[in-house]
Amino acid sequence: MNGQAAPLIEVEHLTMRFGGLVAIDDVSFIGLPHAITAIIGPNGAGKTTVFNCITGFYKPTVGRLLMRGDREYLLERMLGHEIGQRARVARTFQNIRLFPAMSVLENLLVAQHNKLMVASGYSVFGLLGLRRYRDSEAAAIALARSWLERIDLVAAADRPAGQLPYGAQRRLEIARAMCTEPRLLCLDEPAAGLNPRESSELNQLLVSIRDRDGIGVLLIEHDMSVVMNISDHVVVLDYGRKIAEGAPAAVQRDPAVIRAYLGTDDTGPSDSSPPLGGEAR
Amino acid sequence: MRDPRLPNMPGTSMLKDAALTALVAAALGIFIVGFRTVDVGSRTGLAFDYHFADLGVAIVVIFLGRLGLSLAAMGLRWPAIALGVAMIAAGASPMKLPSGFLHWFVALGGVLLVIRAVWPWADQAIHAAARTPTGRVVDKIGTEWVGRGLGWVLLGLAVVMPFTPFADQKTMDLGVLILTYVMLGWGLNIVVGLAGLLDLGYVAFYAVGAYAYALLSTQHGLGFWAVLPLAGMFAATFGILLGFPVLRLRGDYLAIVTLGFGEIIRLVIINWYDFTNGPAGIGSIPGPTLFGAVFAETAPAGGQTVSEMLGIPFHGIHRLIFLYYIILLLALVTNIFTQRMRRLPVGRAWEALREDETACKALGINPTNTKLTAFAVGAMFAGFAGSFFAAKQRFISPESFTFIESAIILSIVVLGGMGSQIGVVLAAVLLIGLPEWFRELGNYRMLAFGLAMVLIMVYRPRGLIGHREPSIRLHPVASGGSG
Repeated sequence: MNGQAAPLIEVEHLTMRFGGLVAIDDVSFIGLPHAITAIIGPNGAGKTTVFNCITGFYKPTVGRLLMRGDREYLLERMLGHEIGQRARVARTFQNIRLFPAMSVLENLLVAQHNKLMVASGYSVFGLLGLRRYRDSEAAAIALARSWLERIDLVAAADRPAGQLPYGAQRRLEIARAMCTEPRLLCLDEPAAGLNPRESSELNQLLVSIRDRDGIGVLLIEHDMSVVMNISDHVVVLDYGRKIAEGAPAAVQRDPAVIRAYLGTDDTGPSDSSPPLGGEAR
Repeated sequence: MRDPRLPNMPGTSMLKDAALTALVAAALGIFIVGFRTVDVGSRTGLAFDYHFADLGVAIVVIFLGRLGLSLAAMGLRWPAIALGVAMIAAGASPMKLPSGFLHWFVALGGVLLVIRAVWPWADQAIHAAARTPTGRVVDKIGTEWVGRGLGWVLLGLAVVMPFTPFADQKTMDLGVLILTYVMLGWGLNIVVGLAGLLDLGYVAFYAVGAYAYALLSTQHGLGFWAVLPLAGMFAATFGILLGFPVLRLRGDYLAIVTLGFGEIIRLVIINWYDFTNGPAGIGSIPGPTLFGAVFAETAPAGGQTVSEMLGIPFHGIHRLIFLYYIILLLALVTNIFTQRMRRLPVGRAWEALREDETACKALGINPTNTKLTAFAVGAMFAGFAGSFFAAKQRFISPESFTFIESAIILSIVVLGGMGSQIGVVLAAVLLIGLPEWFRELGNYRMLAFGLAMVLIMVYRPRGLIGHREPSIRLHPVASGGSG
């Protein structure tokens, strides 16, 4: 936020309407490279909708989504798959979306599809079994292997992804997103359903992605132990509006945030999300 | 060992249960088996033919069979076996039953009953054997053999088949037919098994290939080998044409649209009389040639027959053997191509698309291109098979490209196990071969066909070969880890 680096992604006046329902109302924030930006808020605050706009699953009603990479991309004008392919924004899903029947390794190779497609000469060189393709496939496997080592799944590489335990599937989904070699990684509740030990392992993984791989991370999370420990910047949404923004400690004390989570006597009942600083759900 | 899940029925309720089953069989069978209409001449029209004796025998067998099954389920094996043996004996005895089929029916019922009664023992014995060290080795070799060896064994058999003493006209014809369906099954497997796009109009591309060869050869004098790649290209173009409008559709909706597409192609062929000769079809299509030599008794002007070229006496079966090897080659090309594609990024993208299209998009995979390549490649092989079909039959008409063909090809893929190459072969042999071999069964043939399909789906719901081998492994197979 101190202006030392140009923002990786700038979300400006993002508004998303579904018929009469305003899911996101004029939200602006930025995501820096080499930083973890957390988006938090009670259930139904519009967090996942923001992600769906950024990754092209929804077309925003109003707003500009500027992504800086090798050049500037306006994400709201791009097709869904181009955002991953060219702007290099990768994401994971709230409900895990692996390719369950395919093996763990295959999941990581599918993530490197575009690179391998070019290397295989759009299948022509690959069909002929040319050396050029075999080399790049070996490189792709090496990348996949390095990620399997980081998420501790080397031994399970040839098992169908759907047969892994839940926590391993969560890690694998992050590794798969990272295998696309993104500039921005959007994680939708990566800690959901993890036990405290798995959740602290996840923290380490995310910190290493920020520090070692040096990419920007956008993080939606309910687990405050994750949010408060690792994020550099927190954006708080409530009913589709941004109600606070800042460093984790500052946001934690913000009266508007506390009101959104705990509710007050005159704003009616709030949902069942835990207050800030609370443990996992 | 008694199955604890089954209730311990007293004798009367067992009898009641068997009687109820017999009653249901009687109610269903009385109209299907009991009456038959016969044509007794143009004047009097139709008359009923009664088959109550057949029905009676069937009901008694069903009653005894159900009783035996209950006995076996309760662990009373010996009475069940005795009942089964008695039924086999009755079936095999020279006793005069109203039809030959009933003998089979009774005996087969007995056999099934005996198998059911002995099953728990056999199961136990197999499990016990698998636990011993030698058993484990045998088990492992067995799975590996099925996994790798079976394909090579089948290929070897297919290659030497024409030189075995069985290779008469009928067997060779059947071999060509089965291989055609194997090829079509492998082609459709790309679309349905790998990419997960349920295509009910696959026969349309087969028709495009067939008409491409028929028209180009009869009107422009092109030969089989020249048209073959063209036919594949035409069919692939049609695959892309179909692909575009259905890009957004999945599952049932896609199935309906592809079904419609298949019918449209057939209707166009029927109605575009000037171009396709309509329902009358196209005849005298030249067969494939071997280095320019034709398979015929006498050579056309300026041509040469194969028997002249090779200096062997003419025999009709040579042409059939040649056709057999062409389709074997085409099928193998399809197989090798598919196996290769599966290991390439595009093949993995097909499978990923089948698993989760949303996740594919998030990973930057273009679903449009991926789907269209699947449609195009699948259609291309149908086009090859189609032009082979036209060259083999020498006459084609829209009759050959009805919906039932698509349904049969799809059944082969589904029964074989989606995405399994060897499964397609087994299913094609089962679905095409068996009905042909058992033509003697007459009208009951289709009944047996249906029964076989139901049984496969009950006992192997994921197809004959449901296991999926990863396209690539990080750790080479050392221990049989996957199951």
